[in-house]
Amino acid sequence: MSDFPWLTLLIVVPLVGAVVVAALPRAELAKLVALLVSVLTLGLGVAVALQHELRGGMQLTETHDWISAFGVHYALGVDGLSLLMVLLTVVLVPIVLAYSWTHDEGPGAGGSPRAFFAWALALEALSLAVFLATDVFLFYVVFEATLIPAYFLIGGFGKAGRGAAAVKFLMFQLGGGLVLLGSVIGLYVVSAQAGEPSYLHSDLAALDMSTSAERWILAGFLIAFVVKAPLFPLHTWLADTTEKATPGTSVLLVCVLDKIGTYGMLRFCLELFPDASQWATPLVVTLALISIVYGALLAIGQDDLLRLVGLTSLSHFGFITLGIFAFSSQGQSGAILYMVNHGLGTAALFLTAGHVVARRGTSSISRMGGMEKLAPVLAGLFLLAGLATLSLPGLSPFVSELLVIIAAFDYHWWVGAIAVTGIVLAAIYVLSMYQRVMTGPGPLVADDAAAGEHLEDPAHREPAGHGTAGGGATATATHTDTRAGAAVATPAAARDLRPHEVAVLTPLVVGLVLFGFFPMPLFDVANPYVEDLMARVDVDDDAPAVPPGTTVEHEAAGEGAH
Amino acid sequence: MEFVKPTIEYAELAPLLIVLGGACLGVAVEAFLPRSLRRTVQLVLTTVVLLAAFATTIWVATDLAEVAGGAARGLLTAEGTIVVDGPTVFLWGLVLLLSLGGVALFAERRIEGGVSAFAGQAAALPGTEAEREASTRGWEHTEVYPLLLFAVGGMMLFLASNDLLTMFVALEVLSLPLYLLTGLARRRRLLSQEAALKYFLLGAFSSGFFLYGAALVYGFAGSMQFSAIAEAVRNDTENQALLLVGMGLLAVGLLFKVGAAPFQGWTPDVYQGAPTAVTAFMSAATKVAAFGALLRLFYVAFGSDRWSWQPMMWAVAILTMVVGAVVAVSQTDVKRMLAYSSVAHTGFILTGVLGVQGAGELADGQITSLQAVLFYLAAYGVATLGAFAVVTLVRDSNGEATHFDRWAGLGRRSPWLAGAFGLYLLSMAGIPLTAGFVGKWAVFTVALSAGAWPVVLTAIASSIVAIFFYVRYIRIMFFTEPHAGTPAGEVASVTTPSLLTSATIAAGVLATVVIGVVPGPVLDLAARAGDFIR
Repeated sequence: MSDFPWLTLLIVVPLVGAVVVAALPRAELAKLVALLVSVLTLGLGVAVALQHELRGGMQLTETHDWISAFGVHYALGVDGLSLLMVLLTVVLVPIVLAYSWTHDEGPGAGGSPRAFFAWALALEALSLAVFLATDVFLFYVVFEATLIPAYFLIGGFGKAGRGAAAVKFLMFQLGGGLVLLGSVIGLYVVSAQAGEPSYLHSDLAALDMSTSAERWILAGFLIAFVVKAPLFPLHTWLADTTEKATPGTSVLLVCVLDKIGTYGMLRFCLELFPDASQWATPLVVTLALISIVYGALLAIGQDDLLRLVGLTSLSHFGFITLGIFAFSSQGQSGAILYMVNHGLGTAALFLTAGHVVARRGTSSISRMGGMEKLAPVLAGLFLLAGLATLSLPGLSPFVSELLVIIAAFDYHWWVGAIAVTGIVLAAIYVLSMYQRVMTGPGPLVADDAAAGEHLEDPAHREPAGHGTAGGGATATATHTDTRAGAAVATPAAARDLRPHEVAVLTPLVVGLVLFGFFPMPLFDVANPYVEDLMARVDVDDDAPAVPPGTTVEHEAAGEGAH
Repeated sequence: MEFVKPTIEYAELAPLLIVLGGACLGVAVEAFLPRSLRRTVQLVLTTVVLLAAFATTIWVATDLAEVAGGAARGLLTAEGTIVVDGPTVFLWGLVLLLSLGGVALFAERRIEGGVSAFAGQAAALPGTEAEREASTRGWEHTEVYPLLLFAVGGMMLFLASNDLLTMFVALEVLSLPLYLLTGLARRRRLLSQEAALKYFLLGAFSSGFFLYGAALVYGFAGSMQFSAIAEAVRNDTENQALLLVGMGLLAVGLLFKVGAAPFQGWTPDVYQGAPTAVTAFMSAATKVAAFGALLRLFYVAFGSDRWSWQPMMWAVAILTMVVGAVVAVSQTDVKRMLAYSSVAHTGFILTGVLGVQGAGELADGQITSLQAVLFYLAAYGVATLGAFAVVTLVRDSNGEATHFDRWAGLGRRSPWLAGAFGLYLLSMAGIPLTAGFVGKWAVFTVALSAGAWPVVLTAIASSIVAIFFYVRYIRIMFFTEPHAGTPAGEVASVTTPSLLTSATIAAGVLATVVIGVVPGPVLDLAARAGDFIR
């Protein structure tokens, strides 16, 4: 279309918004401006989507020299894969901001709702830049830069102990990032040996690399993305982070930021190093399978609601990775759809769980129960989100999970067999969670009003003023309070969702149901990308991983079904 | 023997002469002006001298003649003992800019309640009546300014010297003022004096090593000049032992100055004991100068024998990075932490040095070793100077509060200052969009191009360790409250500085971000510096 820099605008708007919000004097005004900025960004994202030509490859590209000495460009572009990720991001951020507003999440004392909203917008801008970058160096820069807002979101808002969680998060991510740096540097050296150094994705994809160089460089990329996505055995930061951070932060982290890992596997591992990726497939598939089963088992054993939700994502990221590395069209399409659907479903689950936790004053499942009667709407939405997580037919995750499992069976029957157990385990953790949280005897009527009052205390929305070590006094006090008032909750604490709270969750629910029955729009965007990718991967691959006959058959069946 | 009048190119040497001349003038000021006037005059004099020297450096840089078919620019002056080429003027400019920041920190008086951070009377024994008198009368040592200028002059000569004797003289000229400055702290004087003595003794030893190495290399090559040594290295294969031992001893002297393991032992004590303003100046500028000299010696004089010294550099770089990063983790004092982090950074810079990737060996437009090291020095110098400047401001009733715990919650009380310190730490940790990241990228790249992948892997591992202790400070500042029940005087707070310190910190922040986001101009400048003149 025109030369208008749509993508730059898409990044700049939330970034400028973040700065403005941070500088605004009044918290209420800051929240409003932040929400407006995120909605404006959503509008821009939709505008980009409307200009998208299916089967158009990279579009709306912008390329400018940035650091010529390194062959680095400021290069942006959007194709089917990036578009879906961009849309997911711009949709989720306003929801998170609105949720945090009604929920009064980030804030507390210390005047930091501003900070929460500003960091969230900064995170949105940088995540969008990650999904749009078509220069590996630019990608690396923004990939690392996303960690700064994420670190402050985790460390500044949430439960006691979040400081340590933030450091753990950052250490894992930066560690993975530095390994990636090694590979990025390796790419430069390889590219310089081949002629003029360049970091443009298109130049690198055309590069002829030696087998060993390709494998070493891929190893760095994979490690970084396995930390990010996360997969076993580099997942340990995930549960700690989601437990301590606010649900809003968790949505941004798990549903948007972690997608960078699986996005990167497609965009960089498969596109730049197709041969080496196939070489690494057995290892990655094994890790994915372990993650699926192990994540689900861990989730079953959790007592902390938010920790549980976090660990379900470990299982889901295993599915996504499995789909990517199954090297078949169904697998790739399924994985891409899974990324979108997981974003919607897990966001819904995190946010409803956040409502539950806020009402019970504790995130410990064993102290909950009987919410159903007091808060039927909340219980219903919670159940819906949970069913989406276990991929109930009719909800959108079902479509993607089915495709991934078909691909897994195509890859090898035992891979598919192990992956299927993930579904069974998902049913167990979701349903038992629902049962323990929502059903059962109604919450005990408060023995003494004082205990109930205490539950209103900022057990989990501890004001930003309290830190890990310093806030020790208050934190322990709060803990004992919650323990004392174990299964106690006043009716007020267990009130149902208010209309505006429901309104915030509505888009997610609509998305889950709509794409469950009518996933065609997603396929239309994703399939051209997958075809390109398959062509690229097969360029040097005479024996496709999937026997040709079966592929066609399944593809036809798969296409027909949608 | 006929006496030939030496020719000296005064124009090209002007920056050096201005600085040394200014230093002598400063001594005269000390002798003849009344005490009340001295500080103002010295401050103005030093600033003007440094600015003038910087301006002349730019002027010299713009009309350096091209030599060797455009691969390098510059000339040999003073009978071939000093060389003014692209890298020289780049590093001169850098040293002068960092010194300007140093002067601003030296002159800061508001944070100590109207006096400088230097001892009122250095000759007065700690705890005596004389010391109290000096303190109550508000005396201060204005000699620090000429001392700083002498040190700067020494540094400029050090990195421009083209023969071993000049290099040795420059080494002493730069070191002696630093030994003195280290011992001049107003508070914790015993610690400061101990640090000065330690620095002096170890420095003297390392100078001895250097001198002995110079003698052996002279024995090998029959000349002190780098070009003659390079010639001898290429042709002479008989006295390999003499060359190797000499080279090793010279390396000891220089590696001591840059603070590389296993010669890093002085760094934490000296950085901690010295007045923080001196530490800031010393850690930034000395490292620049010493690496300039190290590069020149090993690239120009021993360049063709690189197979002998590269393995040594590999080992030293790996050891330095590991020691610096690992030991820094256990530090609980911010100055010691920064000292060990500076050791780790020495290792990172050595990673860039050991590649020896000249433009001739690389693809068109690919980054050279020299370019990478020059850039890293600029990024590191700015961040270190700024970080120590921040340390001078965080104080409690006992002066600077350098203990880890005291910084708890600083981000709440002074978000801007804590933010600046956080940025410097992030730059040192090599987070993208800061200067430190580009520097790290550059040195790792040249090392990997040269096939030194074990060094690069170690560097990446050490970076991960290093991130841990940098991030810990950010956590302490922003997410931790001071222990309940700490008396008010015990909690560190930020003293409002005068414009001098704030401007230094602000300039550092600006430079760190701008070079980080748009590194092109500085990289181009480093590329335009070209190669060393042989």
